[in-house]
Amino acid sequence: MTAPDWSGGLGGGALIGIAAALLLWLDGRIAGISGILGGIGDAPGDRGWRFAFLGGLVLGAGGYALAVGGLAQALQGGPLLMAAAGLLVGFGTRLGSGCTSGHGVCGIARLSPRSLAATATFMAAGFVTVFVTRHVLS
Amino acid sequence: MKKIFAALVSGVLFGVGLAWSGMTDPGRVAGFLDLAGAWDPTLALVMGAALAVTAPAFRLILGRSQPLLDVRFRLPTTTVLDRPLLAGAAIFGVGWGLAGLCPGPALAGLVTGSPLVLLFVVAMIAGQWLAARVTKRT
Repeated sequence: MTAPDWSGGLGGGALIGIAAALLLWLDGRIAGISGILGGIGDAPGDRGWRFAFLGGLVLGAGGYALAVGGLAQALQGGPLLMAAAGLLVGFGTRLGSGCTSGHGVCGIARLSPRSLAATATFMAAGFVTVFVTRHVLS
Repeated sequence: MKKIFAALVSGVLFGVGLAWSGMTDPGRVAGFLDLAGAWDPTLALVMGAALAVTAPAFRLILGRSQPLLDVRFRLPTTTVLDRPLLAGAAIFGVGWGLAGLCPGPALAGLVTGSPLVLLFVVAMIAGQWLAARVTKRT
């Protein structure tokens, strides 16, 4: 087992929760990244807050990276893998109405049966995929 | 304007949370999904800490008649566990396992300037667009 990052995991996780609660409390919106991104193409009159949130997300991560002197980013493959995985993540999150944040953090907090089922499904698919790529194919 | 500013603040906090928690590192995420390898529990800490905030906070917030800056909460209205939800979540999970990236960390991870992460994000947006087209036709 790898030692977990206790302070980053708990502190960063709590901050993500606070961010999601703030967005719901003030704007009445669910902080689901795939939904916020996908919605940009759907409703032209409803784009401002989406760009602000996603811009803020990049700014926040960038500010943190500057403060600590960079971010670790161990990529798992080359261009082909990244393009294929990106397509699957985009297609799947749109078809399945959410990702780790929308279903996993916000939906489960509302005890939404759809989000519980989706989270169990994408977790299982992720476990199987990594098992196959790391322990069967290699 | 206030709504847009609120979304920006929430996005910044979300981005700092993602970076601090280490979830912008695909190696950590893939390490969590690698149950048969040197399993890294950090992602579970992140989700647990986020849910420890959102579960009680959402209950309080959704007990109000409306959000602070809008006339109503905008929540998902579908409640059935249908095929698109589960198929989409499974497809997403495969992509997530392949690259160790989901939508939030992919966008936040752009700050490192990695062209491969940019490729992932472009493919992800293309995948979302494709899924929107496919679902509109049926």
